[in-house]
Amino acid sequence: MLKIRNLDAGYGKLRVLKNISLHVDPGEIVTMIGANGAGKTTLLHTIIGLIKPTKGEINFLDTPCCRSSVGQIVASGCALVPENRQVFASMSVEENLLLGGHVLQKREGRAAVHKELAHQYELFPILRERRNQFAGTLSGGEQQMLAMGRALMSKPRLVMMDEPSTGLAPLIVRDIFQIILRLREEGNTVLLIEQNAKAALGIADRGYVLEVGKVIVQGPSDILLANTDVQRAYLGREKVTE
Amino acid sequence: MKTRNYLPLIGLGVLMVALHLLTVWTGTQYYLTQLTMSAYYGLVIIGLGVLMGYAGQISIGHAGFFAIGGYLAAALTTRNLEPFAQNWWVQLLDKAGVIVHGQDIYGLSQMTFTPWLACIVAVTTAGLVALVIGIPVLKLKGHYLAMATLGFGTIVYRIFLAMPYFGESDGITEVPGFDMLPFLTISGDMSHRVLNFYASWTLLIVGMLFLINLIGSRVGRALRSLHSSEEAAEASGINAGRFKLKVFVLSAIYAAVAGVLLTHYNGGIGPSEASMAKSVRYVALVAVGGMLNLWGTLIMGVGLTFLSLRGVFGSFDDAVFGTILILVMLFSPEGILGLKLRPLLRQLIIGGRA
Repeated sequence: MLKIRNLDAGYGKLRVLKNISLHVDPGEIVTMIGANGAGKTTLLHTIIGLIKPTKGEINFLDTPCCRSSVGQIVASGCALVPENRQVFASMSVEENLLLGGHVLQKREGRAAVHKELAHQYELFPILRERRNQFAGTLSGGEQQMLAMGRALMSKPRLVMMDEPSTGLAPLIVRDIFQIILRLREEGNTVLLIEQNAKAALGIADRGYVLEVGKVIVQGPSDILLANTDVQRAYLGREKVTE
Repeated sequence: MKTRNYLPLIGLGVLMVALHLLTVWTGTQYYLTQLTMSAYYGLVIIGLGVLMGYAGQISIGHAGFFAIGGYLAAALTTRNLEPFAQNWWVQLLDKAGVIVHGQDIYGLSQMTFTPWLACIVAVTTAGLVALVIGIPVLKLKGHYLAMATLGFGTIVYRIFLAMPYFGESDGITEVPGFDMLPFLTISGDMSHRVLNFYASWTLLIVGMLFLINLIGSRVGRALRSLHSSEEAAEASGINAGRFKLKVFVLSAIYAAVAGVLLTHYNGGIGPSEASMAKSVRYVALVAVGGMLNLWGTLIMGVGLTFLSLRGVFGSFDDAVFGTILILVMLFSPEGILGLKLRPLLRQLIIGGRA
């Protein structure tokens, strides 16, 4: 579904991503873990077209998309749940969701958007309750759900999530991760970026570890969880001392 | 929810009729002239209001677009084409029926373009100029449009002031009426006053109707989302630059249409219409009305313009608008008709339960 080969990208002269290669197959949850500044967000922004790569290639659904605009990439079925949610605070919950259906409405018309809206309300019942509230008045967890619902409104083939657990209580994080699992059950493909390595590897099929712009380890989640380097760097010391 | 949005429009229509009846009743029909002019300025202001409030961009050159509309309409309908009568393009245009043969004030025969053609050329030019300015500038994030339009406004002002074709500091006078429809002539002639008043206010209502529909549509939702988070909006597949560009061009077209019609109504246009003070005034009026409050913008825009045209502010006119802009920014950035008043009004009307 998504294939990235030898990708370099950054801001101006600053090279943030160095020679990144990765792939995501249909129906998988793939996670990319790494510390602050490793380039996780830059990677997502490059995939969706907000940043143009300087080298390498990105193939989405077997078509190269390095030269496409963000609008084209989103329309072709790639959606991003941005870091820190970034819901449209001064708009209602429903309007936020309808905005997420922007490309869907262009492609399939208004009826498809409303069908998808009903589907999101089913997935996130709390959003239905809050539909007429300003998005800025929601709690952090609700805002995260709204951001996810907004991304799903475009009926994406691939959903990319940028640190959905940031700033949320552990119980809420568990709910969010349950929803990600449910997305996979519904046939979605997810690329999940997380600092919370343990939780992310807990639900993912495969994982990549990113360190200062390079992929240093990759493999199935259970193997990464058992990897001593990963344990030391990302899973807390207690694992090692045990 | 939809019909509720249109109710104020009906209110505006009622207000239009009421204002007319009021002037008849009080014997002050001469107010209709300023009310007509205010409606045209109102058109400029609501166009700018959508650009500022919804696309989050400031244009400090809207007087320039107004002037492009007005000056081109004036020049094309007054400048004699007789010396070029033998040129192939004049003959071609004559055959196409877009040239009027008439007499100037000294009884000499003259050829000019028809107001309809002048209007179309003027409005199209303003739109294209906006496009040319907007394409590079609106790709950037931030308030670069304000700077670009500041430069644009100054250039336009200087061009109209310097070119003999545009009458230099005298501007253009003797602009003929615009026979827009069989029964409607846009002109300052006394016999057309009432009809012109209704024409201008009808245009304002139609302009408002279009903008309200725009805001309520997918486009309007996309525009508002740009305000909250441009990055998230783009990640939802919204092309921020293109939307801003569309609104900028639309607002320039509103200004140009107002410029064309007001020039025919006044029978002339002068360089002060292109001045920076005018542009700042439009920005001030939008701010007073409230950036995200199109109705507030309309009411304050038309109301204050009317007072200004009646000469209430005397020679302090521009100073008054500058002061208003400062005061609004300091004390009520939401506009005078902003959110704070709404609960108060509701309390007064419904009683107690806000």
